[in-house]
Amino acid sequence: MTADQILFLVFAILGLGLAAASVALRNLVRAAFALIGCLFAVAALYALLEASLFVVAQAAVYVGAIAVLIVLVVMLTRRELREKATQTHRYAPLAAVLAALITAGLAAGLSRFASFARTMPALPPDDMVIRLGDALVDPSGFLIPFEAVSVMLLSVLIGAVFVAGGTRPGRGKG
Amino acid sequence: MGDVFATAADWISSILARLGIPDPALPWILAVARAFLLGVSGLLLVVFLIWFERKIVARMQDRIGPNRVGPYGLLQTIADVLKLMLKEDLVPLRGDRILFHLAPILTVMSVVGLWAVIPLAAGVYGADLEVGALYLPAAAVLATLGILMAGWSSDNKFALMSAFRAAAQLVSYATPAMLALLVPVMLAGTLRLDGIIAAQDGMWYGVTAPLAALVFLTASLAEVGRAPFELLEAESELVAGFHTEYSGIRFGMFFAAEFLHAFTIGSITAVMFLGGWQGPGAARYPTLGAVYFVVKSFAAYFLLVWARATLPRVRIDRMLDFCWKVLTPAMLVLIGAVAVIDRALAGSPFWARQGALLGANVLVAAGAVALLGRSPHPSPQGGRMKPEQERTP
Repeated sequence: MTADQILFLVFAILGLGLAAASVALRNLVRAAFALIGCLFAVAALYALLEASLFVVAQAAVYVGAIAVLIVLVVMLTRRELREKATQTHRYAPLAAVLAALITAGLAAGLSRFASFARTMPALPPDDMVIRLGDALVDPSGFLIPFEAVSVMLLSVLIGAVFVAGGTRPGRGKG
Repeated sequence: MGDVFATAADWISSILARLGIPDPALPWILAVARAFLLGVSGLLLVVFLIWFERKIVARMQDRIGPNRVGPYGLLQTIADVLKLMLKEDLVPLRGDRILFHLAPILTVMSVVGLWAVIPLAAGVYGADLEVGALYLPAAAVLATLGILMAGWSSDNKFALMSAFRAAAQLVSYATPAMLALLVPVMLAGTLRLDGIIAAQDGMWYGVTAPLAALVFLTASLAEVGRAPFELLEAESELVAGFHTEYSGIRFGMFFAAEFLHAFTIGSITAVMFLGGWQGPGAARYPTLGAVYFVVKSFAAYFLLVWARATLPRVRIDRMLDFCWKVLTPAMLVLIGAVAVIDRALAGSPFWARQGALLGANVLVAAGAVALLGRSPHPSPQGGRMKPEQERTP
């Protein structure tokens, strides 16, 4: 095994372990921090692929913004941190069957995926960030998806402002 | 004497080679040594920074400052560090032990991690990251997590309130700080810190885009949570904030992280806006470049200390108002203006372009100040204060 493969295994196991911990831990705040650790493990996998922009974006967006919000929300709902509640549901066996089916389907699909044996292609020496930026504003590249996502995010923002602003007192019905 | 860093690296590798270390292992050992050296020297710098800050603040407040231990009180901080190390390390009985121990480590890690990409001199850095300018704010958010962790795991309502304030304040102020960093990135056309320094060969961005530099300094000051934005540890309201329950060396770690973060902001300002290690003769003699870099970092850091020593604390709602209603819109307008000017005047003479950029900065700054004068100051309940409420003491 090469050093890269060992590192990949280490971070993959770490990520899976932390993901399992974030589901299984009884303490919600600890579960949230386990989720953050899992996101960092994913960032490390990006780093092994030499996708430094994704590493930093993963840290800035998921850990910096989303994880902080999750932790904050979990802390605010302190009364719901019932550590003695059961963690299973009465439909748990059904969910297990479904999960097993999905896993089997994925395994069957991925076993025919040819690119596993391929080694990582050498990256061109130029600045990858600039190439990504060019691709995002290129009409034959990803311009339309990029703009569609931008419009969707804008509408979500406006909707959030509307929902939050509607409950203010002294503005008709709240 | 030109390049101390290369000489040191050569010397260490020659010693290692003589010890019989195999050749392929050498770069790894050197990389680990470099990381160790950067981290340790950053943390040792704190000892000096605390003395520096205490002396400056004392002078500004017409005091003498530490002057008992060692010449000019230079050894005072070392005595303080020893005292902190010998103090008892307490853990709250009902707190969360694991997170309580993890929080100060995470906070220190986030600050020391910043030094991995900052170029100290020509060709001297921990790592030449392709996305260095984006890495800086991304690494700094770890500090927010550390504070949230500390506040929650302490099982103390003051610490928890401080953590909530931290989430509101640090996440808000990260926005204008990131936007301000975008200006030099756009002007240089690269996210690489080395490239940004190289692009400031003719003119510092702090001169052509002073507003961006000022907004970055202000927003970063709020991100560290130092006076006048030290609402996280407002002692009259929150005892000591998120580190109320911490004692001994764990408190010392938070303390050291705060001081080092403030100086690191000075260094980032030096890199992004003051030309980094550039100066007369710096390209030929990297040692000289390192001297320039340290001098510029201390100059920017001095501004932060000055603000801390002279400004009163800001109220939290006004502070968030200032971030969202003044700094963020001003930076958005400035980014648009800089993008247009940079493209429209791409072919025009050097000085015309710099002048236009400076003019745009001044205009946006004037607009922001006008906005600041007009903006209503809402009471904590929201809505405007009534005049009779404002009169009562």
